[in-house]
Amino acid sequence: MTLAPPPSSRVQLTDDGKLRHFLSVEHLSRSLLEDILDTAASFVDVGGRAIKKVPLLRGKTVVNLFFESSTRTRSTFELAAKRLSADVLNLDIAKSATSKGETLLDTLRNLEAMAADMFVVRHQDSGAPFFIANEVTPGVAVINAGDGRHAHPTQAMLDMYTIRHYKGGFAGLRVAIVGDVLHSRVARSQVHALNILGAEEVRLIGPRTLLPVAAAESLGVTVCHDMTQGLKDVDVVIMLRLQKERMDSAFLPSEAEFFRLYGLNNEKLRHAKPDAIVMHPGPINRGVEIASEVADGPRSVILNQVTFGIAVRMAVMSMAISGQESSQNPEQGDQHGR
Amino acid sequence: MAAKAHLLIRKGRVIDPASGRDEVADLLVEDGRLVRIGASLDAPGADIVDADGQWVIPGLVDACVHLSLPDSGRAGDVTSETRAAAAGGITHLAAQPDCGPVDSTAVVRLIREQAGQAGFARVLPVAALTQDLDGVQLAEMATLARAGCIAVGQAGAPVADALVLKRGLEYAATFDLPVMFRPQDAALAAGGCAHEGPVATRLGLPGIPAVAESVELARDLLLVEATGVRAHFQQISSRESLPLLRAAKARGLPVTADVSVHHLLLDESALEGFNSHCHVIPPLRGAADREALLAAVADGTIDAVCSQHQPAGSFSKTAPFPATRPGISGLDTLLPLMLKLVDDGALPLHRALEAVTAAPARCLGIQAGHLEAGRPASLCVLAAAESRTLSSHWLSAGRNSPWLHSRLPGAVKLTVCQGKVSWLSD
Repeated sequence: MTLAPPPSSRVQLTDDGKLRHFLSVEHLSRSLLEDILDTAASFVDVGGRAIKKVPLLRGKTVVNLFFESSTRTRSTFELAAKRLSADVLNLDIAKSATSKGETLLDTLRNLEAMAADMFVVRHQDSGAPFFIANEVTPGVAVINAGDGRHAHPTQAMLDMYTIRHYKGGFAGLRVAIVGDVLHSRVARSQVHALNILGAEEVRLIGPRTLLPVAAAESLGVTVCHDMTQGLKDVDVVIMLRLQKERMDSAFLPSEAEFFRLYGLNNEKLRHAKPDAIVMHPGPINRGVEIASEVADGPRSVILNQVTFGIAVRMAVMSMAISGQESSQNPEQGDQHGR
Repeated sequence: MAAKAHLLIRKGRVIDPASGRDEVADLLVEDGRLVRIGASLDAPGADIVDADGQWVIPGLVDACVHLSLPDSGRAGDVTSETRAAAAGGITHLAAQPDCGPVDSTAVVRLIREQAGQAGFARVLPVAALTQDLDGVQLAEMATLARAGCIAVGQAGAPVADALVLKRGLEYAATFDLPVMFRPQDAALAAGGCAHEGPVATRLGLPGIPAVAESVELARDLLLVEATGVRAHFQQISSRESLPLLRAAKARGLPVTADVSVHHLLLDESALEGFNSHCHVIPPLRGAADREALLAAVADGTIDAVCSQHQPAGSFSKTAPFPATRPGISGLDTLLPLMLKLVDDGALPLHRALEAVTAAPARCLGIQAGHLEAGRPASLCVLAAAESRTLSSHWLSAGRNSPWLHSRLPGAVKLTVCQGKVSWLSD
């Protein structure tokens, strides 16, 4: 018996299929993802101009609502919002603050009183941005900046941007995602994005303790426990960060053994295609999941990922605000255009 | 509602799974006892209930209800929830030991007093096996049994130390007290909020593997065998547990089991969209588990079906899925969902009714759940052909149910609990 709750696509899209929240890549169409990438491309130049701003979000207030600390993601969202001429409010709400009694819903209601137009949310619980999107005042856009182990869609889209930039497209591509997939929201979003955009094959590589159960059937991937086999003929290698605390809860015996088996060095990279690129969502652990010779080597595009991240976030933010305006008040949307 | 001395229920379809009776007949209740079942009974001066076209079934027995005492953090109180039970045709319910907790005679007295004053249902307290359910120090089980507890249990709280559990079972067996187990290995389940399977993988929800249940069930069954205690296993959720139960029963162990009705109707796919109303422990498992559980109810491996009633205030469910309080408010839906299973062809009618009447009574070791002349009358008159949207009839203070807005079969017209009318619909 299905109770038919709204699939994520219905929450995220307007009736005519425009983005109004960006919560998860899953269930979105290929054309919408391509639209995000194309829009991002138009923003890549903005960073190179003398005046690095476009007025798309002028007069709008963007609230960065981070329940989990993050410097890099929050900074790129802040920069993206500022380049769109929005006013930005950064709120770092440590987990302890909400556990003092204020519920997430209370926090949300308080912030709505500030007349925010967009919440950029990072939360330790999977599904939190969906909850917020369902509870928030109509007209306010919600962007997922990472929820639990569930999704990190803007990171995945900037990775897609990077792949498209270097590989020209997705047809025929083999992509390996290596390491702690179990705890990785980035990996989940990347898998969905790669499958939607038409990659040939996505491989997850790691020991069974760090791969989620039923990954093949549930995510549409090939599962592999051996780096040599897994990297064979891949076009893209995505290394995931290994949290140090994984050693404490019996996921792994040691960093050294993990690096020996799954750490990326030049020796293992030889099995990938000669023109394969190496990516990492950062911050990298040198000598744990990736050797410096690879991270700083010619195949690494890790630093370019960061640059593209701002453009992709500008794209998603402007599209969501525009989607909200068109669904809230179509006539007003026209006036903005004039 | 005032008790009437004489009550004649006429021309209902009387279905009593315990005896196999299924015929149109009259029932006469005198001085609280069911005195006769037969054709064209006559009772001058008795109140007459016309049950033509309706069913008369034994009052339901719910083997797992989490009661709303003031400290429980649950919605409602004993009155509101037992009233919801009566309106759902439930006459007997086993109150789990996790409020209070039920480790002192004062708490037992409080529960019995509040339930007695409300008068909507017979509340049967289950005592804690260990003090404060801490899994370390045995509770005064014999004293609690004398105060009115029908069994002992931990309501899902772990007893990690096998020696403590073994001694607890030996002690309970000394007084022939049945023990209720809800098997779930605490370490394997730690941090989890959803079945470890494809849906949790995609949604990124921390998983509770099926083996968390079967590992603990296997240990518990071996200790039951070693101690000879009567055991009832609650809310079995995974198909891996079923061969263990079958083998135990085949060996002749004094073992019974139940499942929550929600696990017979819903699986992990109900979590899509982070539906927190489907956040329940044990978690809703895979479609294959659901089918295996249904087959196990049909063949009797699982004896009874319960509501696992856990009423929660609205704030308990308005949060991101992992942060919500697990549990479904189940008293309003136990009977309608059993009828739905029958309508869906998932369970035969008599077995479905037995699983919420005679079978749970047997699991709990109580005299209830059947229509037998000479015994206190506990029964339910039901318009089985009617269906209704539950939200407008909902009585539990907890509206945390995925079924709140569903249209489900069955409308209870009258409930009689131990000879007294406990519910009469307008």
